Amino acid sequence: ESSPHGTETTSRIEKILIANRGEIACRIMRTAKRLGIRTVAVYSDADRDSLHVKSADETVHIGPPPARLSYLNGSAIVEAAIRTGAQAIHPGYGFLSESSDFATLCEEKGLTFVGPPASAIRDMGDKSASKRIMGAAGVPLVPGYHGSEQDIELMKSEADRIGYPGMRIVKTPNEFVDSFLGAQREAAASFGINTILLEKYITKPRHIEVQIFGDKHGNVLHLYERDCSVQRRHQKIIEEAPAPNVMNDFRSHLGQAAVSAAKAVGYHNAGTVEFIVDTVSGQFYFMEMNTRLQVEHPVTEMIVGQDLVEWQIAVANGEPLPINQSQVPLLGHAFEARIYAENVPKGFLPATGVLHHYRPVPVSPTVRVETGVEQGDTVSMHYDPMIAKLVVSGENRSAALVKLKDCLSKFQVAGVPTNINFLQKLADHREFENGNVETHFIEHYKDDLFTDPNNLTRAKETYDNARFGATLVAACLCEKEHSTIKSSLPGTNGLLPIWYSHPPFRSHYQASRTMELELENEYDGSSSDFFTFSITYQSDGNYLIETEEVNSPGLGVKATLLNNQDFRVETDGVSMDVSLSAYSKDKIKHIHLWHGSHHYHFRQKLELDVSDDNEIQQNTNFETASHPPGTVVAPMAGLVVKVLVMDGTKVEEGQPILVLEAMKMEHVVKAPFTGHVHGLQVTAGQQVSDRSPLFSVKNMISLQNAWKHLSSYYMTVCPIYIAL
Amino acid sequence: VVSTTSIPWRSSKSIQLLHKRDFCLGVLPDGVDRNSEAFAQNSKAMEGLISQLQSHINKVLAGGGEEAVKRNRKRNKLLPRERIDKLIDPGSSFLELSQLAGHELYGETLPSGGIITGIGPVHGRLCMFVANDPTVKGGTYYPITVKKHLRAQEIAAQCKLPCIYLVDSGGAFLPKQAEVFPDKDNFGRIFYNQAVMSAEGIPQIALVLGSCTAGGAYIPAMADESVMVKGNATIFLAGTTTCERSAATGEEVTAEDLGGASVHCKTSGVSDYFAQDELHGLALGRNIVKNLHMAGKQGVMNGLHNLNPEYKEPLYDAKELRSIAPIDHKQAFDIRSVIARIVDGSEFDEFKKQYGTTLVTGFARIFGQPVGILGNNGILFNESALKGAHFIELCTQRNIPWSFYRISLDSWCVGSRSEANGIAKSGAKMVMAVSCAKVPKITIMVGGSFGAGNYAMCGRAYSPNFLFLWPNAKISVMGGAQAASVLSQIESGNKKKQGIQWTEEEQENFKSKITEAYEREGNCYYSTARIWDDGIIDPADTRKIIGFCISASLNRPLEDTKYGVFRM
Repeated sequence: ESSPHGTETTSRIEKILIANRGEIACRIMRTAKRLGIRTVAVYSDADRDSLHVKSADETVHIGPPPARLSYLNGSAIVEAAIRTGAQAIHPGYGFLSESSDFATLCEEKGLTFVGPPASAIRDMGDKSASKRIMGAAGVPLVPGYHGSEQDIELMKSEADRIGYPGMRIVKTPNEFVDSFLGAQREAAASFGINTILLEKYITKPRHIEVQIFGDKHGNVLHLYERDCSVQRRHQKIIEEAPAPNVMNDFRSHLGQAAVSAAKAVGYHNAGTVEFIVDTVSGQFYFMEMNTRLQVEHPVTEMIVGQDLVEWQIAVANGEPLPINQSQVPLLGHAFEARIYAENVPKGFLPATGVLHHYRPVPVSPTVRVETGVEQGDTVSMHYDPMIAKLVVSGENRSAALVKLKDCLSKFQVAGVPTNINFLQKLADHREFENGNVETHFIEHYKDDLFTDPNNLTRAKETYDNARFGATLVAACLCEKEHSTIKSSLPGTNGLLPIWYSHPPFRSHYQASRTMELELENEYDGSSSDFFTFSITYQSDGNYLIETEEVNSPGLGVKATLLNNQDFRVETDGVSMDVSLSAYSKDKIKHIHLWHGSHHYHFRQKLELDVSDDNEIQQNTNFETASHPPGTVVAPMAGLVVKVLVMDGTKVEEGQPILVLEAMKMEHVVKAPFTGHVHGLQVTAGQQVSDRSPLFSVKNMISLQNAWKHLSSYYMTVCPIYIAL
Repeated sequence: VVSTTSIPWRSSKSIQLLHKRDFCLGVLPDGVDRNSEAFAQNSKAMEGLISQLQSHINKVLAGGGEEAVKRNRKRNKLLPRERIDKLIDPGSSFLELSQLAGHELYGETLPSGGIITGIGPVHGRLCMFVANDPTVKGGTYYPITVKKHLRAQEIAAQCKLPCIYLVDSGGAFLPKQAEVFPDKDNFGRIFYNQAVMSAEGIPQIALVLGSCTAGGAYIPAMADESVMVKGNATIFLAGTTTCERSAATGEEVTAEDLGGASVHCKTSGVSDYFAQDELHGLALGRNIVKNLHMAGKQGVMNGLHNLNPEYKEPLYDAKELRSIAPIDHKQAFDIRSVIARIVDGSEFDEFKKQYGTTLVTGFARIFGQPVGILGNNGILFNESALKGAHFIELCTQRNIPWSFYRISLDSWCVGSRSEANGIAKSGAKMVMAVSCAKVPKITIMVGGSFGAGNYAMCGRAYSPNFLFLWPNAKISVMGGAQAASVLSQIESGNKKKQGIQWTEEEQENFKSKITEAYEREGNCYYSTARIWDDGIIDPADTRKIIGFCISASLNRPLEDTKYGVFRM
């Protein structure tokens, strides 16, 4: 053991540059500031006004939005550090965090790289090499091909040898070439490498990883494991620590294996050793080692009561780890839920847009919100669409889960579709509650997690809840409108306010109005519900809200505006607080309501106060009817990376037409039905905006049929994806 | 922040406490004995009158019947009140006028006279709405429809309110053309008014939401700005006959081709704004008002310098107004108990309280606006009239609007002593003051309004800005019983001269016929059907409605008052 004063380093870090963006940049800065270390942020054009830029003491612009020209531009970042006099660079996760070249560049320029030695990054970064090293160190491995020879034919024969299905995402041989090329491009775009490896696919696996930490004195310890099994599109969405339903023996075996793995590459600083656990056999296999701070490190911090960024800086300063293995506490249980801007019904497609309303839950010792965005920010197509990480802890797993569910229901985002509702469903699932997690959890329980239109009882319940929500929205909107108009009155005529008294006066009858709300089903994309209400202003100030439906008596609602967005609503003697957010986009008013554990998104046509004829025309066509049948629009904003057919080509239903890339993912856009491609004008390298028409397919089938095809089309988009 | 909700009932104890404070010297006492038999009787009687009123109102709110309403909806058209709801600021109030115009006036029903009029704010600016009801006789103009339209224009001109015409009418009702077309206050007067108001800078806006045929075509044509709705709106001078003729020549001309929105917005220039649908048309209407920019033109309103933005609600429950006025006009009651339920904080500073006590005069505020109030407390005597004239002079000097409350049994005290005292002279003084005063005048008839008292207390002939009736109000030259007795005396004299025997029974029969006719014609429905007033109101709404009326009246700068020759 080295004493804290044993090594006299030349200097300690006093200013640190964070070579990253978003929540992780903000999170690193927070610890740095607490330690009295000044911070430097770097940013691309897209992030000029981002939270991470605002949070830093100094900022340096490093390039245009695409990551490869900014956050992956190592030399620009190093130069920024030198210009600002930062002694160290923290890479965060993603981007350059696992680039050994970058780590080397830092050392060459006399900058401290807050992370492992470049050699360890290189060893572990080459997934094939890492498997060889781990195999030699006696860490169990999954059967697969980890060679560096990347010839496509060789790879295919290797894949044939391992067997289909068995690849992570390629289920049939004829999908191989597209998948392989897509994976290569994606890897190149995000990491500057294009090495692909093949691996046997375990049918009922759990993803369990161990947080390890080493210092420059040869000490390595582990901080228990995290279970990251619950994934969609091979990306984690809920992580927890420690792993549920794991025996202590297994836990310590796993920890020891992880420590051995780290020691085998002379590791220091933070790292994660990922294992795949075959729940059928109880075996665990080394998958890979992540030589960086992980996205989900806060769950570990929660259960060990340590600040890992602080440790990283201490280790970079040459200090020994503050505690030894036996001193690592295990304090309760923690969950992390990743809140993404994404389209759950469209196969979790990343979404872009403006965060018109953003109100995360308040933080406390047991609730952390790691976020890099603020209300009004744009979730752009250039980077990861994660909005925030919600981290909660509790005495034990069930206590933490209660907290998680509560916080999810109060986490308010409007403007972009999010996965919050889906996370709620996940957290609420009985098998999740029991800790029976595995990587195919979502697929296995999709009937429970997505509304089943054939389940009439549940559909009715969902509808009734939504109608109640719409009722509350109607009352709150009336109340809000009233207060807005009253406060915006011109001050010239002193008696004018009496015309806006509440309820509005009518001679011998009660004022009433109608309101139409359309439920925007962010969650499961099932058919939208329309609610048409008649709202009567009652003399006691309540709103009597009625629908035309039979057997649905009117509901009297009293709404009191608490502040700009919060209301207290009372129905049938029961009061509750609700939040409402409204914004207009494309001539549609969007209204979000949060009440209890519900979140609803309604759309309302903007009826009045329009000045332009064309606007009205658009307004009436606000649905999808703006394009002729057969038109395929971009499912999201992105970059066209490849166009696979010529305009005019005859294509089969489901045939890939072009490949779009956005937010680190590639999406194959396919022909909705058999026919000829028309109007295909986009070219590789071209940027397209969300829902912009890409091409159309024309054939003999009736137009009605074409629409039917197209509406189900998004559900079937199956993007090629490589696990990151 | 202005509080406008009615306050909860306060215990008499807290009111007593208020009375002890010096600054509440002008607070009126409650003045109502809730346990009295009269209170119970009046409540019950008024309840009956209000429910009768409500049932009449409910009929007119339904418009021209289920079938017509259904047809209207099928064409994607809203009903006139719904149209107005969409035009006024969301959640704001609308003061509808003469809801029961045309009530039992013709052999057939004519709900609301076939036209909806009233005042409401658009973008914070009070406007007069005139909306045809196409479900009532195709929106055609009966004589009473014309009268109601003209009355709305009269108020608009008086208060300088922008006029918004929601046009959806088949033009004049031809079978009654003699009563609709030729006279001074007939159909043509509508366009005359539009021209004159436009000249005075009062905006004239027409939204053509349906047919606009023949003479009606001049409404959009005379308007400063007009909107037409695609598909539904048509403007023709010659109407359907032209279509027929075209058909005869084999030329197929649809209504839309002939006089639709496209033609008039693109080719003829009769209309200025092209609306895709009715809601768009209404939105355009709101935009026109938004762009009026009249505020800068008008400058500071007169009479508002003393406005207190923080006012108190009356101390006593406004609903009790339904129990105060007796249905039997012979019963006396103290008008102060009415005033106490209408003015801010029930505070009323009475002028000449001990002199001419049958007329109550004094200063108060309504929604913070200073007002002068004249209320009858019985027969007007010499002194009362002099006091009234004096008080009106005070108000005009100070630019204070007034309200009148009429409750007198017989307007003037007649009799030898009164005549000798010059009651006619005194009454004339008050009539002169009332007539010439340029401050806003609002009359509420809370009981009988008979004879010259109707004149002195600003009856219809004296052009009050607004005149409303309580459901118990009666208007006639004198009370029915009195008229019967006067007329039977004359008849009896005639009979005597002719030497005809007139039995007791015959005499009673004669009397009861007269009483009956007076009862019918003096009834508030008879009045309101003919637009002798601006509507029958629920007594509990009196304060609100006076507030709306003052607000509308103060939309124009006040003028100086110049009186004629007072006979001394």
